[in-house]
Amino acid sequence: MSSNATAGGLATTWLAPLVALLIAAIVGDVLILSFGQAPGEVYRLLIQGTWANPYGLGQVLYKATTLTFTGLAVALGLRAGLFNIGAEGQLAAGGFGAAMAGLLLPAGTPALLAVPFCLIGAALGGGVVGAVPGVLKAKFGASEVIVTIMLNFVVLAFLNWIVAAKMHVGESLHTPPINAGALPRLSDVAPAFHGSAANATIILAMVTALAVGWFLFRTRAGYDLRATGLQPDAAEYGGVSVGRVHFRALTMAGALAGLGGVNYVLGYKQYYEEGFAAGAGFLGIAVALVGRNHPAGVPLAALLFATISQGGLAVNAIVPKQMVEVLTAVVIIAVAVTVPEVQRLVGSVRRKVAA
Amino acid sequence: MIILAFFVQTLRIATPYLLAASGGVLCERAGIIALTLEGWMLTSAFCAALGSFYAQSAWVGLLAGIAGGVAAAALHALASIRYRANQVVVGIAINLLAIGTTRFFLRLAFDSSSNSPRVSGFDWYVTSGDSASGPVAVLASLANPLVIAGLLSLPAVAWVLGNLPFGLRVRAVGEKPEAAESLGVGPSRVRWAAVLAAGALTSLGGVYLALDQHQFTDNMTAGRGFIALAAVIFGNWRPTRVAVACVLFAAAETLQIQLQGLQLIPSQFVEMIPYVLTIVALAGVVGRAVPPAALGKPTA
Repeated sequence: MSSNATAGGLATTWLAPLVALLIAAIVGDVLILSFGQAPGEVYRLLIQGTWANPYGLGQVLYKATTLTFTGLAVALGLRAGLFNIGAEGQLAAGGFGAAMAGLLLPAGTPALLAVPFCLIGAALGGGVVGAVPGVLKAKFGASEVIVTIMLNFVVLAFLNWIVAAKMHVGESLHTPPINAGALPRLSDVAPAFHGSAANATIILAMVTALAVGWFLFRTRAGYDLRATGLQPDAAEYGGVSVGRVHFRALTMAGALAGLGGVNYVLGYKQYYEEGFAAGAGFLGIAVALVGRNHPAGVPLAALLFATISQGGLAVNAIVPKQMVEVLTAVVIIAVAVTVPEVQRLVGSVRRKVAA
Repeated sequence: MIILAFFVQTLRIATPYLLAASGGVLCERAGIIALTLEGWMLTSAFCAALGSFYAQSAWVGLLAGIAGGVAAAALHALASIRYRANQVVVGIAINLLAIGTTRFFLRLAFDSSSNSPRVSGFDWYVTSGDSASGPVAVLASLANPLVIAGLLSLPAVAWVLGNLPFGLRVRAVGEKPEAAESLGVGPSRVRWAAVLAAGALTSLGGVYLALDQHQFTDNMTAGRGFIALAAVIFGNWRPTRVAVACVLFAAAETLQIQLQGLQLIPSQFVEMIPYVLTIVALAGVVGRAVPPAALGKPTA
């Protein structure tokens, strides 16, 4: 591969997200001005409320942790050529699985035993939800887009029913606290982070991103998965069972999103609560897109969207925090539009240079 | 009387489904994925409340609602037709955009994070006194131009798709855009027209919600756009079957509301019905749902 082609690849990979962020910044400025505020002041508050103080930074890290898992869940699907829009339901089911595991254990179970058991519960919860579109795709060719969207509603309604009818505490919408499996908070080792929800799940997120990278780029199954995503017909011809790859990818994606539930259930509240996913599953789509479906890009994109999300709370005093919801959507649309556009432009420039 | 009330309530619940699903059929038959019905409806509901509030006229609200929904549809068309962006990504993003912008402008226009003030609606026949609870009053709640539009929407889409040259072109670009192009039909142009028309139809569903409740409330569509999409798929993209699916889903909801006191089935299980049926239909257990061949594929 010539150095020119590499530069073109880099440009298409990172230029598009950068252009998208620029567009979002312009839209943000317009919204801020429409509310009669100075953009500079709003951005100053945003940084002040996130990276510039330990509590804000802790909240950013906490949010980025969940988003890393849901981002990986979407990215893994996209690498296999599949759109997993079910991360929201998978995340909720994973949190529920972790809570069930923690409730099953007797109090006082050593962490070395309890934590892995709860992690399995989370992966199982999300994995089962991911396996449904996996089976339907592999066996019947049912569109995973529609099945995962529809399944979100089914899973959330089902979990709401279980909690409301069988296991809520008092007037709340959450389960009793788990008996074992709680993870230490960041503030336990660094007291400056006091009050923020950041916890040991951060380490799990980083290990998981590394593991996904190793799986995708260093194993036979990961190669098959990427080959299927690029050219399903060619992969099939080369001896890959596309149906099996689809099933495996969606089940693994579900398990990844499910592990994200650990952050809230084991690391933060120690119980499952209705609605804790709160859109983090859908945001995973934005994270995967901006992170270019790469296990190294996803955590960075997760940090970006966590900063925007936490920043919304920091600026809420002078502009509505809903602004960040608008900006997130603008980033997604802009990335979706600029990726094919930039590829086309880079392609035409390269053709001109060659001619 | 109970049967009449059941029938009327079913029809009122079905109205936004019928309107949004008619937009969904038109959009998807042209080959553009209609994940955005929810976002179009929410945008139009907000614009309808805004227009009706400032002009104190439901008709202005209706026009404003249609304008808002068509604008959202135009953004969808621009991204997915002109820029050939991934339609699933754009669809999800436009839904998020609709939630965000309506919340932002709810704060900006009405300084509230939950709802708009009371706005005028289509109260064509308001009963009072003794007749307020009789059969006349029950039927009077159907005297609304949007309920009538809902009843006509899917038959109209069926007629357009089946009888007009435009309908034939829509089906052609949804199934085989290359073939349509070779016959001199510009696929992009037809898709643009179909998406904008779908936006207008779907908007009527959002307008109905806002004007029927006399206000806009945060996220007031509450998944209705996805139920309409479920009806489109469960109805196998054919207007008549889609209409039946909409009424079926609405009847299940009505039944649940009316039997609430009896605690027969938890409401959450009734909520699941449209989604479970759609998944089952996609799996092909009962009569395989087959989408238009070029659905989601950009044209040259």
